[in-house]
Amino acid sequence: MGDVNRSLTVTGSEQGFATTRVDALLGWARKYSLFAYPFVTACCGMEFMALTSPRFDLARFGAEAPRFSPRQADLLWVVGTISQRQAPALRRIYEQMMSPKYVLAFGTCASTGGFYDNYTTVPGIDTIIPTDVYIPGCPPRPEAVLDGLMLLQDRIARNERRPGVVKPRVDPLSSVDGLVKLRRSAQDPRELVPELKREEEAAMALAGPVAEAPPGAKR
Amino acid sequence: MSQHVLDKLKARFGTSILETHSDFGDDTAVVEPSQWKAVCQYLREEPALDFDLPVDLCGVDYPTRIPRMEVVMHLYSIAKGHRVRLKARVGDEEMSGAELDSVTSIWPGMNWLEREVWDMSGVRFNGHPDLRRILMYPEFEGHPLQKTYPADRTQPLVPYRTEEEAGLPLGKLEPFGPDEGMPFGRGGLPRVVDHEDD
Amino acid sequence: MEPLDIDLEEGELELPADPMHLNMGPSHPAMHGTVRIVLELSGETIVKADVQIGYLHRGFEKMSERGTWAQVFPYVDRLNYVSPMLNNVGYALAVEKLCGIAVPERCQWYRMVLGELARISDHLTCDGAMAMELGAFTPFLWFVKAREMVWDILEEETGARLTHSFGRIGGMANPPSRDFKGLCRAALPKILELVEQGEKMLLKNRIFIERLESVGVISGTDAVALGWTGPCLRASGVAYDIRKAHPYLRYDEVDFDVPIGRSGDTLDRFLVRLAEIRQSKRIIEQSLERMADEGPINCDDPRVVLPDKMDVYTTIEATIQHFKLIMEGAKVPKGEVYSYTEGGNGELGYYLVSDGGGTPYRVRIRPPCFQITGGLSKLLESRMLSDIVPTFGSLNMIGGECDH
Repeated sequence: MGDVNRSLTVTGSEQGFATTRVDALLGWARKYSLFAYPFVTACCGMEFMALTSPRFDLARFGAEAPRFSPRQADLLWVVGTISQRQAPALRRIYEQMMSPKYVLAFGTCASTGGFYDNYTTVPGIDTIIPTDVYIPGCPPRPEAVLDGLMLLQDRIARNERRPGVVKPRVDPLSSVDGLVKLRRSAQDPRELVPELKREEEAAMALAGPVAEAPPGAKR
Repeated sequence: MSQHVLDKLKARFGTSILETHSDFGDDTAVVEPSQWKAVCQYLREEPALDFDLPVDLCGVDYPTRIPRMEVVMHLYSIAKGHRVRLKARVGDEEMSGAELDSVTSIWPGMNWLEREVWDMSGVRFNGHPDLRRILMYPEFEGHPLQKTYPADRTQPLVPYRTEEEAGLPLGKLEPFGPDEGMPFGRGGLPRVVDHEDD
Repeated sequence: MEPLDIDLEEGELELPADPMHLNMGPSHPAMHGTVRIVLELSGETIVKADVQIGYLHRGFEKMSERGTWAQVFPYVDRLNYVSPMLNNVGYALAVEKLCGIAVPERCQWYRMVLGELARISDHLTCDGAMAMELGAFTPFLWFVKAREMVWDILEEETGARLTHSFGRIGGMANPPSRDFKGLCRAALPKILELVEQGEKMLLKNRIFIERLESVGVISGTDAVALGWTGPCLRASGVAYDIRKAHPYLRYDEVDFDVPIGRSGDTLDRFLVRLAEIRQSKRIIEQSLERMADEGPINCDDPRVVLPDKMDVYTTIEATIQHFKLIMEGAKVPKGEVYSYTEGGNGELGYYLVSDGGGTPYRVRIRPPCFQITGGLSKLLESRMLSDIVPTFGSLNMIGGECDH
């Protein structure tokens, strides 16, 4: 017989899980019919334009309908750098939207101010308005933005208000295969530097069949 | 390259042209600030020179010398194809006396450029129709491109949110665990973990 | 009611009215670029328009005084962010003029091809956005599809779609990829085909033509006095193109025309850009023929160019050179220089002041669309409210460049 006292822990975000079917239905409806207010300022706007293009089709997420009045929109895309001069306009637009409302910080300048650490840039829009999803990148690839949108939809469905950050899908540090392969030479980057590869092989040979590596050998 | 421009200026204005050089191929003349508008008028109206395109106007700050601010103007003639750079040095340590005559009546394109030099470097232009800030907001104090203005001194219009208001630490977002943040992709969907109770 | 039988002056019965103030705010759907126009309207006629820029001022000039000469390249990319390669090449040429170095021939052709690809992308975006703002969404999507093809080539070369940071003082960051010529030659006819489809749809449309024709007219002399350059000036009839008037790189060795407009209205500015795409295609084709398949891309000057990576790992001299170039920056000789190239919007100038060190003393960009946007209030006088949208769109005001 197995243990009677076994507990089940659900890892991942558990709070805010939709507990009723009505909540689930509302979450489903909200996430697939976002009316976006594109607050576009800078270079990220070019990638935003590319998102609406047929290649990275935003329409299949139901989020392509722009509403240029904040009263009619529920998702505020803050696309590009926000300068101190622009900040009151952004704050006012956020205040004019009606809840439930969500904010997407598109790009590094909107998330943290980017590399414009100076007298004129707001260091991240979360100093002015609460933000739900941060999409880093300068500018982020449209695929990353779609990941951000899916992350936001997930949060809407589970009614979670903690902010989230879009991260690359495969952790580049987890394995060598995760390293970005250069398209020009579709081969292992280590092949490009034969001396380094020989050294590594020599070190691995020294380590022997036992898993324990001698101190100082490169892994 | 177009040395004849500098020669004509020197012939016409004599000692008001303080120095000239043609380093790197760019003909440059440093002008006495009181003659600024007269020189510009001459360059525009003299038929052999005919500088009709106002290319640029900017201020460069040399805080270690007096006069401190150097106003640099570039001009081009479309018909003749020659260029010239004019400079005028104005202003002392506290930028008092940093004034020049406005040349907006000669080239309307200088309107916004002079506003920008006022905004960024603090040089006043007498006779400008509408001298107000153009790149910074009216409540901003100081002139950012002066070397004595620190680059990271912000003057926010909207006060930043405090942490009580936000309900989360605002300095840095907490490092998310491997499963948090994105339920798809990296960690996969929330896993169900079995473990024994103590 | 009895009829009025007194004589009245024309308009005496009209109620006195103050002009209405309308704010087209910094966040506006039909303005691609963040700008605020405060309008005084009388009915639908504009009495006065006050154009306020500066909503994207990011302090480019102040930031470039805080790094080294090579660290300015990412900032320069984000100035005119629809044609970043042109900005990169312009800044690299300016620093090279100050240093007195010339890049090898292969690099010059390479810079020309990448620059013209960026120019195509700029004009496609401007014309596509203009069409979208007038309601023609389909040609916008076609032009964006063509732009994606250009960005695919640039991504293969530089690694990034939009902000490449690919230029370097003394050359480029990487040599061209193996397939570069093949990719360009395959993509250009498809891009032209999409441009032609867009043209066919737009230029036969009565409504489109009527909204653009005779709207926002400016004469050649007025435009020159305002400081306009580039496609907007050429649409007013003034044939000033830096690539022809003062050729740089190898523009004097390729054969291309400069399209000129006749009446200086919005339709001419729209058409001049479409014609320039075709001329850019000609330049690219000729440059690809002339570009060698092998040869150095970076010039051989150790004062500015980073050494080969294997040398850095194995010899001490190269390590020191690499260290000094990265940490202190290339020591550019003392002096000042103004270097100009033909950017997407006109004369893109860089005025650099160096004090002999590795950090720039002053980097001033001469943004072409700053002067052009300065003329907007003059273009809008006594026009109608709905003329603002195509007029502003045709000026191609790029916020990053105008507000630097």
